[in-house]
Amino acid sequence: MTWLSITIAGILTYMTRMTMIVLVRRDLLGERIKAVLAYVPSAVFPAIIFPAIFINDYGVYIEMNDPKIFGAIVAVLVGYFSKNVIATIFSGLLSYWFVIFIF
Amino acid sequence: MLSKKQLFSRGMLDIAPHMLSVIPFGIICGAIGVDLGFNPYLVYAMSIIIFGGASQIVFLQLLSGGASSLVAVTSVGVINSRHLLYGAVLSEYLEKLSLIKKLLISYVVVDQGFAESNKFFKKNKTEQYLHYHLLGTGITMWVCWQIATLAGIILGSFVPEELGLKFAIPLTFIAIVVQDLKKMDHVIVMLVCGISSLLFFEAPFKSYILISPVIALFVAALLLRLKK
Repeated sequence: MTWLSITIAGILTYMTRMTMIVLVRRDLLGERIKAVLAYVPSAVFPAIIFPAIFINDYGVYIEMNDPKIFGAIVAVLVGYFSKNVIATIFSGLLSYWFVIFIF
Repeated sequence: MLSKKQLFSRGMLDIAPHMLSVIPFGIICGAIGVDLGFNPYLVYAMSIIIFGGASQIVFLQLLSGGASSLVAVTSVGVINSRHLLYGAVLSEYLEKLSLIKKLLISYVVVDQGFAESNKFFKKNKTEQYLHYHLLGTGITMWVCWQIATLAGIILGSFVPEELGLKFAIPLTFIAIVVQDLKKMDHVIVMLVCGISSLLFFEAPFKSYILISPVIALFVAALLLRLKK
């Protein structure tokens, strides 16, 4: 039963990946829609970022002094100025650990 | 004009830094699956059949929490529906590919790969074999994800939980969008999406991950109209 569910979930997931790539043609999208689609990264990724920072494993909002918020702010600042992915991730983790283990 | 090999390597190079967060997350995913009491083969098969980070954990957590298969499958579909948006964006660059190539390349479209390849595509529109960059990002992600989840399944969670390495996931995505904070319209769209995701977090089937981008894109459309 679980195997069947996984297979169906896999097919569904593949469909989400494949459908637009196969179906959408250039002339199908007007300039207006294309302009809106340019916002896709900004419109999608915060839905992964925000809950991962502000909501804990038990579905509860974290306190404002949570180390994750500090880590995220450091990562944003370092990322903004360094334009470097590794520096962004490391600075975020290190500042998060700093608060957890040293404070 | 770059060769296929150069484009593929460039894709690998562009996605490589994200492995800092993808690999620990994969290990955690594999280990959680086994911890929840599922057959290790089944946990690993998900990495091939579904190949979708968070959705794999959610699926197993729902089932072990007593949810029906229907709820678990629907949640995976909803969580992964964001790929529809990626596909719509990428379609412009993959248009010339044959149907079979489109069907094959679709399998390796993932968040970070889409983000990095899309950035590259925007700057290099005239390259002939652009899709090799997407293959480079996608295949690198696939291989690392297989190894990481497998390691988590076999070795258990050898990444100490106290390190809180799950936090690397939002950091990876911060690294992806952070440069767009320079543009006010993008800042607004990001805040709308982020705040919506918190407001709708309790919506059924994890649908906040679909609702928030739809609201944010609607706001983006309004902003575009105001700009004119």
